[in-house]
Formats: sequence, C-alpha cells, structure tokens
Amino acid sequence: MSIEALDVAKAFGEALVELGEKNPKVVIVEADLADSCCSDHFRDRFPERTIDVGVAEATAVAVSAGLAFSGKIPYVNTFAVFAAARTFDQVRQLVAYGRANVKICGSAAGLSLGYAGASHHSLEDIALMRSQPNMIVVSPSDAIETRQMVHAIAEIKGPVYLRLSRAKKPPIYDENYQLEIGKAVILKDGTDVALFATGDMVFEALKAAELLAGEGISAEVVNIHTIKPLDVDTIIRVAQKTRAIVTIEDHSIIGGLGGAIAECLGEHMPTPMRRIGLRDTFCESDSTNVLREAYGLAPHHIVDAAIEVMEMRTISLGIP
Amino acid sequence: MKQLDPEMLARLQYQSYRIRWHTVDIARDHLKMHFGAVFSIAEMIVSLYFNWMRYDPKNPQWEERDRFVLSKGHAAPALYSALGEAGYYDLEELQTFRSLHSILQGHPCRVKTPGVEVSSGSLGTGIAAAVGIAIAGKLDKAAWRVYVILSDAECNEGSTWEAIQVASNHRLDNLVVLLDRNGTSASGPMANRNDIEPLRDKWQAFNWAVTEARGHDFQSIYEGLQWSETITGRPVVIICHTEKGRGMSVVKEHPEHNFMLKTEQYRRALTELENIEKELLVHVN
Repeated sequence: MSIEALDVAKAFGEALVELGEKNPKVVIVEADLADSCCSDHFRDRFPERTIDVGVAEATAVAVSAGLAFSGKIPYVNTFAVFAAARTFDQVRQLVAYGRANVKICGSAAGLSLGYAGASHHSLEDIALMRSQPNMIVVSPSDAIETRQMVHAIAEIKGPVYLRLSRAKKPPIYDENYQLEIGKAVILKDGTDVALFATGDMVFEALKAAELLAGEGISAEVVNIHTIKPLDVDTIIRVAQKTRAIVTIEDHSIIGGLGGAIAECLGEHMPTPMRRIGLRDTFCESDSTNVLREAYGLAPHHIVDAAIEVMEMRTISLGIP
Repeated sequence: MKQLDPEMLARLQYQSYRIRWHTVDIARDHLKMHFGAVFSIAEMIVSLYFNWMRYDPKNPQWEERDRFVLSKGHAAPALYSALGEAGYYDLEELQTFRSLHSILQGHPCRVKTPGVEVSSGSLGTGIAAAVGIAIAGKLDKAAWRVYVILSDAECNEGSTWEAIQVASNHRLDNLVVLLDRNGTSASGPMANRNDIEPLRDKWQAFNWAVTEARGHDFQSIYEGLQWSETITGRPVVIICHTEKGRGMSVVKEHPEHNFMLKTEQYRRALTELENIEKELLVHVN
C-alpha cells in the first residue's frame, strides 16, 4: 500500500500495528474511541494487548501509568481535547511526575473536529503538555512523519505527548525521510522571513511560502515536529538569518508553538515575530477549512503576517 | 481461617507502635503532620508489610514482588516507617522527611523512594494506577498481587469509581483494596455531609467482592486478607473500620486533619508512647 494514499490518522493506526508486531511490550489503552482514532487495526490484530476502559479518559491515562510501571509501553489513545485537558491531573501526577513510560496520543487535534464545535476543538493541548517536566511533545506534519514518530517515541523511556491531526493532504516527505526527534527540519531555504510551523500547518506554511515567492519574498520554512525539547540551535540560527519570523499552528497562540518560540527567542535572540493560531478564543462549528479561514489560519493570513513582520523588522531594527 | 501465632502478633504490635513512634519523632513539635490519617492505617500497613506481602527490600524492583499503592498519599509517614523498618533504607532517612534532597517527599514519589510503586497525593489517582498495574499482572499471568490502601474520603472522587468500574470489568482478582473507613475527612465527619454510604452496597454494585474487618485488629485484617485469596474473577475490597488518630489520645485533641503538636503535647505524646512500649512483648526489631 502506498503511504501517499493515507491520511495522518490511518498512518498512525497502521504504524501501531507495525510497532505491535515488533515490540510485545506495546499495549494500547482505549477510552471507547478506537474506531475514531484508528487504533482499531491494533485492537483487531492484538485484542489481548488492547485495554478498553470505556468512556473514562482520565482513568485510561492512570491505568496506562500503572501498565508502564509494570514494564509495558502503553499508547493511550483518545481525542486530543480529552487526552490533554480531561486527563490533566492524571497526566501531571502519575505520568509526568511519576516519569511513566506512557505515550499519550491525542487524535484529531486543533480544529480537526471542526463541525463538532468548541467542546471538541483541542486548542490548548500543547500548552498543557509542554508545561509538564519530563514530558516530550511531538507533532508530526504528514503521514510519513507520523508513521516514523509512532516508532521513534517507543524508543524514548519516558512520557511523550503525540499530537495528531486528521489531515488528508499530499505528503511533505517521501520514504527517504529520516525523522530525528528534537531536530527541526528546514524544508525550504529562504532569506527574508522564516515560517516555523507544526503538525499539518506545515503544509499550509509551504503553500504560504509559494504565495510569498510570487511576491518576490524568500521565505524559509521550518517544520517543528518536536515542540519539546525545542531545537533551540536551529531556531536561533534561522532567526539570526532572517530577523523576522512567523509561527504557525492549529492551536492557541498562548502556550503553544508560538509561545515556545517566543520564550526561546526572547531569551536568546529577540526577533520580530507574528504568531498564527487561535487568538484566545473558542471557535464555532464548521469544517476545518472554513474555520481556518474564519479564524486567521489560512495561507493568505500567513502571507499577511510575513509581510507585517518584515515591516516591523524594518521599523524596529532598520533592516530592510 | 488461620490464627496469628502469638509471636507474629507481638511483632505486628511492635511495628504499629514503631509507626506511631517514628511519626511523632519526625514531627516532634515543629512539623505539621496528618497524624490522624497515619495512625488510622497503621495496623493495615503493618499487616501488609510484616505479615502478608512478598518483597525484597534489597531488590525493590524484584519482578515477583507484590505491589503496594498508598492511594491516600497524605499518610506517607506510615509507608515510610514501614519501608524503613522493612529494610528498604536506613531508618535515619526518616529524619529527612520532606526536606530538600530527601528521598522521602511530603507525599509518596516513586522516582525518589525505593519501594514506592506509584506517586500519590492527588486523591483518587493511586487506585487507578493500581488498576493498571493489576492489568499488567494479568497480561503477564503473574503470581504477584496488588494491594491498595484507599481512604474513605477518596470515595468522594469520581476517578475512584471509574477505577473501581474498570477493575471489575477486567475481573482483576489480583487486586485487593483495604479501605480505611474512619468516617472522617479533612473537614470533619463524613456522615450527612460528604457521605459515601451505603458503602458496602456500592462496591458490591460495582461487582467487587466485599468483606469488612476491624481495621486495628491484626487477626481481623489477617482474615480479610486470607479471604481475598479465595475470590476469583472479581477484585476484593476489605472495608476496614478504623479510628482517625487511633492509639494516641493527644492526637485526637486536634480537630484539624493536618497539624503540629504543641511542645507540651509532644511531651505528652512521648509519655503515651512510653506507656505503649511497656505493654509490648517485642522491644527490638
């Protein structure tokens, strides 16, 4: 089967099965959403290693911690909005503080479940998870990166939050891609402005870069698939080069990728920046694309932000 | 049911005295402590560590060990005393309790303390992690079992009931909860306030095997534990009827749940402990 035909969620589901074949310690903990989160393939292949606790997300995380304390590698799987916010006490007390080898998989993150409304939009999961000591936060951009990420996080001995979109988009990478956790990927070189994106917004950033090129602006595009630990060296290097950056995420601008990069550059290399993301708001119901257009996450918004931040650079730093 | 032999009973009485002694000695007249909660579970935890569970203090990660989770993490000094007396670490460590660089945090921390399986303190989370441990035991067809001390006030937490439901759905007959039924939570008696009755019926309704014990009576606890091994296909709860602050009258002078002894009270506590010690048949470990 060609991975090009797969969306992120399906790639996740298939990678879990591959991982299950490879590593008998891997177990899946469900909260009654296996079908929606594409871990049903694993359940069908390894029913004895699939633990469904029912509609009890916090307990799914707690049970996962207990499994991890007994040598298992649990992937606990539910919608991102529940995986982070609903479970946060258990994540903090048992997983992060307890350094439990649990992989928390938040499916359908951001505005993926657009029609479902604000109750199902996960706009603060990065912020919550990033706040926890010991927690690694990853957010792959396409199906190929997702597949590799599922395998790579099994090798980390400790808590990981895996943020998954429901994007069905052309892949960014081909099969030659080699993921390295903690290492940002420069997808396109540029000199005028840098676009730092995560998750399926990487695709939107690449589209924005094309639009910018049409206006004679050279944009560098960087995929931040690991939000924690942040690849500080690459971010500083790119900021130093362009002196103008835009962060792009399907998440609140508070505490997410934009927050993380602002904190990093504020300490190391203050740089004019704009953040594309949800601006301290809950969103209404509609399709993901309509919402991204309505709330300022579309490629043309990225273009506007890039031009603005370049103007800001000129004013503040005198760099044209 | 087997009876405790007099020698074992004497040893258990000594160990429960030691929990009270260590707790007073750690706190003296300058540390706040959940004395009531600690003394409430003294006989339960002593029964587990000195007459029931299999473990190797020199090898805390021994694969075949029984697992213990103190879900009511605020009773940590009871656990720390038991682990120290069992030989997991030097008893001198107790004097470092909740000070910087100590292996003994204010509430149990699995990363720092040998023998602590689960970090607890946020009520209603320890039992849920214990359910995960028991599921792992079932997956591995292991002989070891999981023991939890849960407070009655934790039965106010929704997460407790989620965990209880998952445990019976997974038929975890390798899981035993000792429920510390002292009838009191932080703000006072639970009756007619944050009531959890009918407690026995509730656990039964969640498909657990339920028995009751006198929680300060070693023989009664022993019988509950023996009974737990006869149950198949269901987890077991032993509702242990206890008394908050049991064993030391000075502790019961405080209405608070977390408090410091006044100097004069500390002196009286030492006298009380001396009197308890005189009655013991075993005087050294």
